[in-house]
Amino acid sequence: MSTANNTIDINRDIGDFSYEVKHQRDAGVGLDEKTIDYIVDAKEEPDWIREFRKNAYHVFKNKPLPTHWAGNELNEIDFDVIRYYLASGDAPKRSWEDVPEDIKRTFERLGIPESERKFLAGVEAQFDSEAVYSNIKKAVSDQGVIFVGSTEGLKKYPEIFRKWFSKVIPTADNKFSALNSAVFSGGSFIYVPPGVKVKHPLQAYFRINAENFGQFERTLIIADEGSEVMYMEGCTAPKFTTATLHSAVVELVALKGAKIQYVTVQNWSPNVFNLVTKRGLAMEEAEIKWIDCNIGSRLTMKYPGVVLKGRKARGEVISIALAGDGQHQDTGAKMIHAADETTSNIVSKSISVGKGRATYRGMVHVPKHLKGCKNNTECDALLINARSRTDTYPAITVRGTGNATQHEASVSQISAEQIFYMQQRGLSEGQAMSLAVNGFVNDLVRQFPMEYSVELKRLIDLEMEGSVG
Amino acid sequence: MISTSADVSTIVSAPRDWTAAPEWFAKLQTDAWKEFESEPAPARTDELWRFSSIKNLALDSYQPASEWSEWDPEFLRGRSFGNPAGRLVFVNERLVSSEIFDHQLLDRGVLFLSLERALEEHPELLRDHFMAQPVRLGSRKFAALHKASVRSGSVIFIPPHVEVAQPFEVFHFVGSDRVAVFPHTLVIAEEGSKVTLLENFVSIDESREGFACGVNDLVARPGSNLTYISTQDWSREFVSIQINSTVADRDASVLNLSLNFGGKYSRLESVSRMIGSGARSDMLAISIASGEQEFDQRTLQDHLQPNTTSDLLYKNALNDQARTVFSGLIKVEPGAHRTDAYQKVRNLLLSDEAEANSMPGLEILADDVRCTHGATSGQIEPEELFYLLSRGIPERVAKALVVKGFLNEVVDRLADAALTDHLHEQIAGHLGTLPND
Repeated sequence: MSTANNTIDINRDIGDFSYEVKHQRDAGVGLDEKTIDYIVDAKEEPDWIREFRKNAYHVFKNKPLPTHWAGNELNEIDFDVIRYYLASGDAPKRSWEDVPEDIKRTFERLGIPESERKFLAGVEAQFDSEAVYSNIKKAVSDQGVIFVGSTEGLKKYPEIFRKWFSKVIPTADNKFSALNSAVFSGGSFIYVPPGVKVKHPLQAYFRINAENFGQFERTLIIADEGSEVMYMEGCTAPKFTTATLHSAVVELVALKGAKIQYVTVQNWSPNVFNLVTKRGLAMEEAEIKWIDCNIGSRLTMKYPGVVLKGRKARGEVISIALAGDGQHQDTGAKMIHAADETTSNIVSKSISVGKGRATYRGMVHVPKHLKGCKNNTECDALLINARSRTDTYPAITVRGTGNATQHEASVSQISAEQIFYMQQRGLSEGQAMSLAVNGFVNDLVRQFPMEYSVELKRLIDLEMEGSVG
Repeated sequence: MISTSADVSTIVSAPRDWTAAPEWFAKLQTDAWKEFESEPAPARTDELWRFSSIKNLALDSYQPASEWSEWDPEFLRGRSFGNPAGRLVFVNERLVSSEIFDHQLLDRGVLFLSLERALEEHPELLRDHFMAQPVRLGSRKFAALHKASVRSGSVIFIPPHVEVAQPFEVFHFVGSDRVAVFPHTLVIAEEGSKVTLLENFVSIDESREGFACGVNDLVARPGSNLTYISTQDWSREFVSIQINSTVADRDASVLNLSLNFGGKYSRLESVSRMIGSGARSDMLAISIASGEQEFDQRTLQDHLQPNTTSDLLYKNALNDQARTVFSGLIKVEPGAHRTDAYQKVRNLLLSDEAEANSMPGLEILADDVRCTHGATSGQIEPEELFYLLSRGIPERVAKALVVKGFLNEVVDRLADAALTDHLHEQIAGHLGTLPND
């Protein structure tokens, strides 16, 4: 390929800045029981949470890193130098005008709110650990929808919160879900009452802005019978010299006939370890769809899953990963079929550029005595430049005669002919490359909400801009 | 889990009845035994043993193979290919018959020998090639056990530019109960040569327990053409581990086909390494799994040089409570540009309790490659069955026909009509138990 010798220079201008922020509450570095007491006291949480956190802390301590299947990069995380809790100490703000000026500046640099706010029902921007800005349009709360931070959720709505909290992703699911359970702060709690269809997507922006500071948000979304909701999550983070850890847990519960769509655009700066556990529980005829796009971070490990618990439940994962120089996007999907006539669909597209590495890991499980279950998996990988790498490791278990699964994967590269064709028509090599990559992911990008697909295209353009010399 | 090594020592510490082994080989075996003892046993958390029923790997109840007197050439009937170039027959690890039908081959320098004779007459071949390839797919401990315990097997050497038209045949029979055997196969096809080997692993008595730990090394020099077809027909009480290693040099072409019929737990580890530009490897397998059989297949297509090709097709027909595991990896090493790699596993589930696990994997570290893989699991389409039923074919027969068609497709990849006919017969002979309604 003609571009084989060119170094890829990822454009990191986006999100690559930070402002001095005064943290009024700071639990210091490292993690022990005292850190947990500090967090619980600072957040004025009930005792059951203290117990829950401490139990999780011990599970975290005792679980080994999953390096027997995952990459050795995980060993580079030094858990003793991470700050596990930081908060400005301010109560969540109700209106945009009340948000402190310097924080606003950070958001504006990212081009986040005001214009987009018009599209979106509620904006909850998480700046470091606590929600500093939280607003739900009147129309949404009038419908009885609860959209608050996780701390507020567990304090104000314990009867709904406790019923599902940690039920979809148990503390001991993996080392990082245990860590999150021990030190979580921030994230959203959403409850949609029966039959309510939330017209506008709910949205939260997350940011990391302190060196060595891990962000451990916890999101729980419950869609009651027949309701519908879409949740959007986008991340950018300023660049720092030492690695930062982000380890979220997101649990979704779709009760009978409910629909949840969860959209993520992840663009952490390339020193962030992004180790996230996301799983949904879909009851009878419910539908859960994860739309997941990973562009940033140093290492992302994320495999959104759906447990198809009720008859005719449906799960879907749409995944786009872009691995630039020095990045490893280790993403995938899990589909656990646990009832008859459940269907699942996984479509994953990854692009490896420069020394970037994209990995797909999948798990599809169809146990015995189920009838009429179907899974379809497609993974396509695109390689740009001779030093990039892509891996695919699916695992599919099928029992019985009533079910069907199919998995397909392909790896290819942009052909020199394609690039030549476009250059002949006056495009620069970078533009041609960008067009080809956008073409590769186009059918998936279209599944994103409009404003996100615009943002995505722009991000891909930015990433590809420097990919040719 | 594997039992303590003290239990296993009975398998190898028994007096050897072959004195041919030269000193260097005896030392190699002693060292291998130490390696076997120090290698950790497979664990549930080991990715390379994921989904495997490792409880089957307790080795304490097996004995070294003793002589078995009831050998009868009739056992070859229905199993032997029409007119092979030569045939070696082992029973309980003893060579009972060694024949070469095409004597011109000897004049041209072709070697077709037992391991014992090869050690005596051509030690240099074994010094160069005996288990020279790394064990990559989890069974290092068992490879060491094989190395320490091997006492029978075959060595085939084809000199440059010699083409052997008819296939060679090797049979490994096991007659008695609770026997451990370690069959070894080494095929070296020199530059521009051509050879086919049919290897058969057979239990004479269907009800006998046993343990087989075999290794076969296939070395294809530049421009050579090597075909290796193994038929595994151990008793349904057998535990077997077969470790295959193929090395294909520049413009060489290797085809490896496994027919898996027998065994309680049968693991096949197959590695193909394309070490020269233009090399090609075809990796094919069919498994008929019924009762509580488990077939555990692990493969690696390792592309080390540009312009290499590999094509894998594994098909499993599963009935009753049978389980299959397929874990395959296409690995394209840095610099192996213009690799063309294909991998497909298809599972046909014929009962509600059968379980198929598929882990098709890709690791691509090069650019400008074409790699695809696919895994499907499904059942006989009702339309397909209806078509046959509407023509008056009973359901049982109709199902067997569909399964036969499904499996024969793999064998049809072979160009040789006589060979495909022979293998179709082998498959048909094992469809009796499938499907049973």
